[in-house]
Parts: sequence; C-alpha cells; structure tokens
Amino acid sequence: MAAESGTAAEALVGQVVLPGDLLLLPAHYDEDAEGERLRLSAGGAPQGRLLCGPGLRRCGAGLLVTKCGLLRHRPAGGGAFWVDSQQKRYVPVKGDHVIGIVTAKAGDVFRLDVGGSEPASLSYLAFEGATKRNRPNVQVGDLIYGQFLVANKDMEPEMVCIDSSGKSSGMGIIGQDGFLFKVSLGLIRKLLAPKCEIIQELSQLYPFELVLGMNGRIWVKAKTVQQTLIIVNILEACEYMSAEQRKQALAKLSGN
Amino acid sequence: GVLERSREQLLRQTCEAVVLGALHPRTAITLVLQVLSDAGSLLSCCLNAACMALLDGGLPLATLFCGVTCALQPDGSVLLDPTARQEQEARAILTFAIGSSERKVLMATTKGSCSVEEMQQCLAAAQGAADTIFQFYRDSVRRRYCKS
Repeated sequence: MAAESGTAAEALVGQVVLPGDLLLLPAHYDEDAEGERLRLSAGGAPQGRLLCGPGLRRCGAGLLVTKCGLLRHRPAGGGAFWVDSQQKRYVPVKGDHVIGIVTAKAGDVFRLDVGGSEPASLSYLAFEGATKRNRPNVQVGDLIYGQFLVANKDMEPEMVCIDSSGKSSGMGIIGQDGFLFKVSLGLIRKLLAPKCEIIQELSQLYPFELVLGMNGRIWVKAKTVQQTLIIVNILEACEYMSAEQRKQALAKLSGN
Repeated sequence: GVLERSREQLLRQTCEAVVLGALHPRTAITLVLQVLSDAGSLLSCCLNAACMALLDGGLPLATLFCGVTCALQPDGSVLLDPTARQEQEARAILTFAIGSSERKVLMATTKGSCSVEEMQQCLAAAQGAADTIFQFYRDSVRRRYCKS
C-alpha cells in the first residue's frame, strides 16, 4: 500500500486544509531521534511536546487533518498546531465558559441545555457561598454562565459556577431581562480575542452588558429594548460584514 | 420506495466509512438530502452534496469522498455524468464513491450488466474525474475562508 505523501506542516500554516490531508512534522519533533539529544545551538527546535489541537489527529509520522479550515501554528512552549474551522454546532470542551439554559431540577442537580448532544449537570453546591442550608435561587428557564468541569465524549458534561479557588469570578445566574441569541462559534472566538474592534466600536455607541458563551450564545442587555435589539442585529450581521461596512453601519446609527 | 431506500443505504455506508464516529459515541448523526431537481446522475450528486454537508457541519472526517457516475453506451464507449436521457439509452450505469486519500473506492453500484474489463475502464475514468471534483471542493472551501 503506497503511503500518501504529505506536505510539511509549516508550509501550510495560514492556508486552507481539507480532511484527508497529511501533514509531515519537521524531524526535530521525533521523540526517539538518535543523535538529537545533544543540541548545542540555542535557536534550534523548541523544547517540549508538540500540541495537536482541534481538527488534527496523530497518525503515524504526521498529523491527519479531520476538519476543513485554516491551519494555525503557535511556536511557543513546544509548539501547537490546530485547524481554525467555522461551525455552528458546539461540542463541550473542559474549561470552556458557556451560557446554559436550565431545563429541569432533579433533586440536588440542575439540568442545563448547553447546545451539545447531552444536557449538562450543575450541582446546587457549585455556586459561590452555597451550602446545604443556603441554596441558590435557580428556576427552570434561567440563564447560567459557568465553565465545564468534566467534558469528554464518554461522560455527561458537568458544569460549575466557581473556579478552582472557590470564587465565582463572573460566573453564576445571569440577571433579568436582556436578550439571548445564537451565532457561529467562529464569531465568538473573534469577539473574545483581545482588543476586539467590534466590541470597542459598539461600546462607543451605547453602554451595554454582554456575556459571550463559547457554545455560540450571546446575552446582551442595554438600557432600552430598542438599543438591545440594535446591538443584537449588529452582532449577528458582523459575521458577514467587512470592517468598512460595519463602520458605515455604526456611523449611520450614531448619526441618527 | 425501495429505490430511495437503496440509495439511503449506499449513502449511509459511504458516510459511515468516512466519519470518525468514535469521537461522538451514543450520538445519532442525521443527514437529510432534499432533491430539488433530477437531471440524471442523482446518486453521485447526492454523494457530493453529502460530503459538502458533512464538511460544512464540522464533523470530523478521515477523508473526503465524491460520487462519479459512468454510463456504458451500446457501442462500448464510456460517458461520465450522463443526463437522464443518456442514462436510459445506456447499456449499464455504474456509480462509484471515491475517497480523497489514494483515490480508494468506497462504494460501487451498477445498474445493468457489463464485463469486468469495462468496469475497470469505468473505474479508471471515474478516478480521473474525481480529481476535478476534489479540486472544486478545495476551491469552494478556500473561497469561504478567504471571505472572513
């Protein structure tokens, strides 16, 4: 069986890759390479293990692409490769902060819909300052912002609203009013990037509260219903508008 | 009807061979294909649409696949992507699902009869045509990601 000749991974960084493409890693990532142990040059291969991120799987000598998208690379800390793909359906990942909707209360545990294939569970003790006597006031239909404690393909996902030191750090029940809507996962990642222009431009328009969930859900609350709906429409349209079109739309709105 | 069932089974077998189902246990993946117009080569059109849908949905795939239909005409010549009329006049219609890694055959179905050599000939022609389809996939995905 002839082996498929792959292309070097570093040559394809920033370009579109499709499932079935085989990426070859440079030789210095081989763990048992003989004669490579004594590396005297400082500017050589990065030390540490290579991280194989979403969209890639280890296969023999290289990485097999399993999702279509742009290949990204981060050389820091051993190096990481991943595929930046646009999709709308969310798969729970440990450590992600998401917005969940309470669908049921089953004894000591709340069931939350997070947009994955299974509902997540949230214990009533996983809130800051919650004890057996002091229960949090959560009703069916409430919105909760939390992070995943357990999320893998074999178990039901579990969420918590406290971090490892027991503080809530912004997580918990999301307040009354406001508007929840769904966007694609790529837009959320763009909005969460540091110094995002969209958020800065919008904050000059009206003051508003914003919660971004990695599962594609956004909650917005502004002073009036009309302002809230305007912000919702702009965020939904941001996916398909270029930067100039967005600036034009915002200029038109702030001129009114 | 029986014909739709048989097409469903063929599509299902091809998709099951390609989708990495081990990453999503206890989960059902449903693929719905709606025929808007049928001008011939319906099964290979369904295969191509299914592959693009799986690609767009972000499901983990081991390879891409495409469908190619060959019609064997009464004089022995091979015609690719026949129209409905050409399909009716042909002696045999062969549909292949071809994977993107090493152009492996994932599924083959025949309507009518043909000899082994003729089938090999059709298969070779289909594998050549698959290159064009995979290039089209690549260009479509490139266009989509370059917009953002």
